[in-house]
Amino acid sequence: MLFEVTADELDPGRVAEHVRRDDAGAIALFYGVVRDHNRGRRVMHLEYDAYPEMATKVMRQIAAEVKERFGVAEIAIQHRTGRLEIGETSLLVAVSSAHRKEAFEACQALVDRFKETVPVWKKEVFEDGEEWVEGDH
Amino acid sequence: MSSAKVRLFAGLAELAGTREAEVELGEGLTAAGVFDVLVQRYPSLAGFEAIVRFAVNSAYVPASHPVRDGDEVALIPPVSGGSRAV
Repeated sequence: MLFEVTADELDPGRVAEHVRRDDAGAIALFYGVVRDHNRGRRVMHLEYDAYPEMATKVMRQIAAEVKERFGVAEIAIQHRTGRLEIGETSLLVAVSSAHRKEAFEACQALVDRFKETVPVWKKEVFEDGEEWVEGDH
Repeated sequence: MSSAKVRLFAGLAELAGTREAEVELGEGLTAAGVFDVLVQRYPSLAGFEAIVRFAVNSAYVPASHPVRDGDEVALIPPVSGGSRAV
């Protein structure tokens, strides 16, 4: 399993290849991408902070839970930190499984759990100010 | 004297003006007690105990968790990773 928090550009090819297995007929790959607006305000860029040691540990825990619950084969997660421009990728979640249904469902469950528990924080920078986002609402 | 390292992130780090602090541990000091000590040092943190979660040595713990010599205590504001696209 691959769990990373990095200031470098994320690598979807590497994340997807990491979960490829001969007994898995499906790979689901989710991209979280920096959007140019939120709640009617124009977002200029984002900044992500993280507690990397704990974030990778919590990623490993939620991956173990999801693997058990959906019976999927392999999981990889990468999250980026620092300043991200509009259109850049902040999060990658890849899941492989024997069949596509479990891969899609497990991928969605991982993204949901990630947002609830992994110690990563997002600051939105607007034209006229900035704010740390508290939770994902 | 026993002590613990405290790590701050995101808005809390900006308010305190630091990402790390050292706290001396009195008798039976809990994670919440560590936060109280920090509020005395960085008054701008006052009031945030209502929203912060605590982690000790990279695992979430209740506010009543006792802190021991050499522990790393982290103040975890509400998390917001990923994207809003989902």
